Amino acid sequence: MAEVETKRKKSFYKENVPLLMQGNEACALGALAAGCRFFAGYPITPSTEIAEILSRLLPRVGGKFIQMEDEIASIAAIIGASIAGAKAMTSTSGPGYSLMQENLGYAYMAEVPCVIVNVMRGGPSTGLPTKVAQGDVMQSKWGTHGDYFPIVIVPSSVKECFDYTVKAFSLSEEYRIPVTVLSDEVLGHMREIVKLPSQEELNIVTVPKPYEPPEWYKHFEITPDFRSPMASFGEGYRFHLTGLTHDEYGFPTASKTEIVRKLEKLRLKTMRHLDELTDVRVEMMDDAHIMIFAYGSTARAARQAIRMARKRRFKVGLIQPRIIWPFPDQIVREYLERVDLVIVPELNQGQIIREVKRLRYRHVKIIGLNRFDGELITPQQILDKLKEERH
Amino acid sequence: MVEQVSNVTHKYLRPKKTFPNVWCPGCGIGIAMGALIRAIDSLNFNKDDVSVVSGIGCTARIPVYLDFNTLHTTHGRAIAFATGVKLANPKLHVIVISGDGDLLAIGGNHFIHAARRNIDITCILVNNYIYGMTGGQYSPTTPFAKNASTAPYGMIEQSFDPSDLAKSSGATYVARGTVYHASQLSRLISQAISHNGFSFVEVISNCHTQYGRLNREGSAVKMIQWQKEYAVPASAAARMTREELEGKFVTGKLHEVFRPEYVSEYQKIIDKFNEEEEENRQLQES
Amino acid sequence: MADTEKVEVKKKWKKRSDPVVIYKKWCKACFICVEMCPQKVFDTDRDGYPVVTRGLDCTQCSICWLHCPEFAITSSEK
Repeated sequence: MAEVETKRKKSFYKENVPLLMQGNEACALGALAAGCRFFAGYPITPSTEIAEILSRLLPRVGGKFIQMEDEIASIAAIIGASIAGAKAMTSTSGPGYSLMQENLGYAYMAEVPCVIVNVMRGGPSTGLPTKVAQGDVMQSKWGTHGDYFPIVIVPSSVKECFDYTVKAFSLSEEYRIPVTVLSDEVLGHMREIVKLPSQEELNIVTVPKPYEPPEWYKHFEITPDFRSPMASFGEGYRFHLTGLTHDEYGFPTASKTEIVRKLEKLRLKTMRHLDELTDVRVEMMDDAHIMIFAYGSTARAARQAIRMARKRRFKVGLIQPRIIWPFPDQIVREYLERVDLVIVPELNQGQIIREVKRLRYRHVKIIGLNRFDGELITPQQILDKLKEERH
Repeated sequence: MVEQVSNVTHKYLRPKKTFPNVWCPGCGIGIAMGALIRAIDSLNFNKDDVSVVSGIGCTARIPVYLDFNTLHTTHGRAIAFATGVKLANPKLHVIVISGDGDLLAIGGNHFIHAARRNIDITCILVNNYIYGMTGGQYSPTTPFAKNASTAPYGMIEQSFDPSDLAKSSGATYVARGTVYHASQLSRLISQAISHNGFSFVEVISNCHTQYGRLNREGSAVKMIQWQKEYAVPASAAARMTREELEGKFVTGKLHEVFRPEYVSEYQKIIDKFNEEEEENRQLQES
Repeated sequence: MADTEKVEVKKKWKKRSDPVVIYKKWCKACFICVEMCPQKVFDTDRDGYPVVTRGLDCTQCSICWLHCPEFAITSSEK
């Protein structure tokens, strides 16, 4: 009996038990819970823990782990695995994410579901490998060349790292699109107490399989909601996949109508479902005159700052988008009408503030609070900024 | 007409694609593609169990015509994609077909690492000594002193020997064929596909449109017949001295060893855990 | 038994004028078949496309259809 107990302890996924874990660990466990069975990666600080954990756990559930020769190969391998029918993920940080951009574009074009966890660190270039930043927000939107509409998730706590990795898999499968999870160095290495949900509580979506006979099958069929079923290699549907602009069967085309149809599909499959792709946490905005727009680990400081400010009778609220691309235009615009001051704290020199300014309503004052010295923004800093503006 | 075009090759061509194919008249890539098809046909594989992966370039246009699970990827990354396909679905026979610029220049890193890893992928390199699709720039295999559109005063870099590179990187099957020796080529390819481990076949081909024009090597036929003159079978080469082999290339099977293959080694780890779990379950039941 | 059958088949194609068929729609007139045929079975027509003119000389060596990059040649024996 004792032996059974020790063997049971090896089980890595414990439901509804408080566990102390890192953000990176939560990402790895979230991936496993979502059904990820393939991971290809390349060591890079501060995302390496995800690879280490999955290299240990994946073979236990029948999955595959491979350490590739670089990040380009890592994302190529996960796209290949996804095409062959496995849910696949890679993790990286800034420099690796830059290397991945080419094949990320391939995944958008060929409509391959996969998940990329980018644990952000200071940049540009090698930058600050062990320090936090939020400099990849615009890169995750505009990184690869050409026209495309990505889905990017920004978690802000260890629990959210878990939940939103699961959600990233669901979204990528549902929309057949690569989904980026923008974690950051602090979030990745911070330990918090997390209770993992049971498998039934997770809402896992898997891309539907086609039901038509192979000769009728179109891999890129344009359906009314722009989400098409997907067959995998080896299932009898012998299709062609290419990064060239292609028709519904996947064959390269230069026909004007086909090109427009394809690129419109890429746009509409995310932009038609904006309501489903809006995930914003709104806090204390009912009576607020001041809005703090924060995401990722900065949102944690903002939340504390709001509590401090409310004690001093400032009417402040928080908008925290968890899905940052597509940008939650609707909700932000709605709240911009009600406030007269917006503070956008960011760990960069002003990236997402441009999006908020784009939606500026009348003469709302929008100011940024930027820190890029490798440290977090503190609640006191936000409070000071607020006092300075409301002086 | 349908009965007339009913060669062995046509069984494996996609009916939805329009022919003739995209390559210049007389291009050896078509011959290499025919050899690949006959090799797969001789092995009697189910079409669903074959996956052909390619990168970018003239050669990389092959998969679109083939009625298999085909993947046309980004420049140089074909092997990395193929690694993912093979690992996720080990049932598939994964064949990478690639050109010299694609595989050895931009994809050189993936090539040597896949060979080192000894993953069960068959890699076919159609070597025409030049970048054909972009207009005749020099490639890693362009011989010394030959001309290319970006080497107008002659190539001053040294070139790769792809087969030697594959062998020293750890490929467990290495062969070289030419498009002139088409039936030998399909034999070599089928050997490579049945080999368990990373197998590499270099196919000497002709690019008369770019390489031939810039170096005054004549028409397609002339270039293909040149291969006949300069090819030395592996058995004959063993008896020849280094001086005699100067300027020639050896064809046939060059290297074959057996080493643990990556996917099956990984499967062993998974099986170990499965057994452990089974034991665990039995313990719990008892 | 098998041998006599073979002989019969051989006679059959000997009689026919076209031991190989060229699918002109796919042909790009690259001359590989014309120049590589050891028996010189092909000639070119006015547009430069190969035509079988000395079909009786054909030995079914398969060089032409093995080397046709366009898959435009089919041996009628196969």
